[in-house]
Amino acid sequence: MLEVHNLHASIGDVEILKGINLRVNAGEVHAIMGPNGSGKSTLAYVLAGHPSYKATSGRALFDGKDLLPMLPENRARAGLFLSFQHPVEVPGVRFDEFMRAGFNALRKSRGVPEMGVLDFNKHLASKLGIVGMDATFTRRYVNEGFSGGEKKRGEILQMAILDPKLAILDETDSGLDVDALREVAQGINKLRRADNAILLVTHYQRILSYVIPDVVHVLIGGRIVKSGGKEMALEIETEGYDKYEDTAKAMKAGA
Amino acid sequence: MNGPNTMTQQQLTQEERYLAAFHSFQKNGADRDPGWVYQLREAAIARFNVLGFPVARRGNEEWKYTDIRPIATTHFQPATGPAQLTLPPPELARLTFGHPEWSRIVFVDGVHSQQLSALAALPKGVTVLSLAQALVTHGDMVKQHMARYAPYESDAFTALNTAFVHDGAFVQVADGAVVEEPVHLLFLTTGRRQDTVAYPRVLILTGKNSKATVIESYAALDEGRSFTNTVTEVRMGPGSVLNYYKVQRQSQRAFHVSNTNVFNSTGASFNSVNLDLGGGLVRNNLNVLMGEEGCSCVLNGLYLLNGTQHVDNQVIIDHTSSYTTASELYKGILDGKSHSVFHGSIIVRKGIQKVNANQVDKNLLLSDQAEADTKPAFWIYSDDVKCGHGAACGQMDESALFYLKSRGMDDNLARRVLTRAFATQVIDSIENGAFRAAVDQIVQDKLLNWWEAGESR
Repeated sequence: MLEVHNLHASIGDVEILKGINLRVNAGEVHAIMGPNGSGKSTLAYVLAGHPSYKATSGRALFDGKDLLPMLPENRARAGLFLSFQHPVEVPGVRFDEFMRAGFNALRKSRGVPEMGVLDFNKHLASKLGIVGMDATFTRRYVNEGFSGGEKKRGEILQMAILDPKLAILDETDSGLDVDALREVAQGINKLRRADNAILLVTHYQRILSYVIPDVVHVLIGGRIVKSGGKEMALEIETEGYDKYEDTAKAMKAGA
Repeated sequence: MNGPNTMTQQQLTQEERYLAAFHSFQKNGADRDPGWVYQLREAAIARFNVLGFPVARRGNEEWKYTDIRPIATTHFQPATGPAQLTLPPPELARLTFGHPEWSRIVFVDGVHSQQLSALAALPKGVTVLSLAQALVTHGDMVKQHMARYAPYESDAFTALNTAFVHDGAFVQVADGAVVEEPVHLLFLTTGRRQDTVAYPRVLILTGKNSKATVIESYAALDEGRSFTNTVTEVRMGPGSVLNYYKVQRQSQRAFHVSNTNVFNSTGASFNSVNLDLGGGLVRNNLNVLMGEEGCSCVLNGLYLLNGTQHVDNQVIIDHTSSYTTASELYKGILDGKSHSVFHGSIIVRKGIQKVNANQVDKNLLLSDQAEADTKPAFWIYSDDVKCGHGAACGQMDESALFYLKSRGMDDNLARRVLTRAFATQVIDSIENGAFRAAVDQIVQDKLLNWWEAGESR
């Protein structure tokens, strides 16, 4: 579903990603773990098409399509979704209207008739249970005055509505207490299917106790220094990232 | 170039023209009006003659950013209104808001039109009359209040309006009357004759513990050039609530100068939303005197400008009494080469206690050539106050734009959604649901027009 080949990316003149290789198949959950500043969020933003992040070399294929030249809205329409680490407050735009605009933009691009207000609101209401939200939530302005937990639930609710092929979840666990984390994680699990995939970006192991990954990658200094099974997340939890730093240095020296 | 000299001469000529028009108006215009009105007009024109039109120049802070020479140098004739004007229902629906059965009083080129007005089903406790009629039936009341809150001594446009005072709207809300349904005062410009000036005058008196909603709107039937110089005076009764909505959607060639003067009394709440959705050169003065203890006001505004539109809002809130609260939020969306000015002044007088005041002006610039000048100011002569202010002018928030695009919306749609969202906070402050929805629709249609015309891309 997603193939990343030797991806380099910069913010301004500073290179952040220094050659990422990654292959995510349908039905898989991949965790990208790494310390602060390792390039995790950059990878998420570059794949979603954030204008501040420039891919300088390498390729990313999404469903066989060349992802990097695509506009962000076209990536979304092709089935890519980014759950933001810091969801943006959009005062003046109600959550339900926001979601309907996005949902219908996707449908329109696929030649499916747009859904009317009443039908959409029913559809939206049917998904609220996935993240344990009530209907009043959807009439509030997007993320304005939301608690940390509400913002993250809102992101997963959007994922449920837009039904992407590939969801990139950027630090979805940050700012959540244990109960909220469990609920959000359960929501993510409900959306896992054989025909979609998840790239889960996280600093800590704890969300991986609920959303069990198939593959764990350790990202340090803009490179994936090790990939392994789900047990690697537990090793990181007890031992930290120190033991991977040496590998990272060696890779840097070799590069 | 001998610019300054030429300018002075043109102004003198122009002011003389108004003087000539005045004498003809006094003789032939409204000879049924009472003697005190004649005297008021004489005093006002004399004052206008001394004041002259204000000039945009260094040191004149009030008119620094707004050059009214296009008004001063155009040879306007007093509007006389067509004797008969009928409008097909769809046309009338375009000019009204909310429900068609809401009461309205309509003025065509400054003259009351009985034909277009609908006052048969006025809500209980509300009196709405043309000012000319109120001078006959409520003469003492009009005499007691008119020209008491709008100072023609210090403002040239108020002086000019007062000199030509004859018709307009009179609204009185009885003590204790609580009315949800808005009353609409509609001032139409037909453009049947080029370069006419109208002087609408509005007097609103709210009774003790009453509640009412007044929509005062200005619209044009064509794209012609005209000048509207309007004065509204509001006397709040103790404990009363007035929701006052002023909507200006005249032609892009119209000149519009308004002076709204409010006396706020014990425990009363004056809430206004000022909407500028049209006009070429617009200046709104809104002066609220927090004259008695425990009164409050919420003054919000929204201006949507494109092309070469120029809209200047000058808002003065004068706290001369303790325990008074004021909050002010103006927002502007500017496209093309448009220009907005916001000049807010909050004054807290010496010895006044427990004042809470806040003012904010925010502008969204959709084009590199649009300009917003904003200046919120405080004049505080007391220690016991809580005040805050803010001003912002900026482009669209890039992170919000990316957020919307990441959900599949294209650049065009995302920008339109965020532009509308920028206006929502002000629109949301409109209490009446049907009117709020009508305004929201007008704003959305206007933005869609801009986008379709391609100006905002």
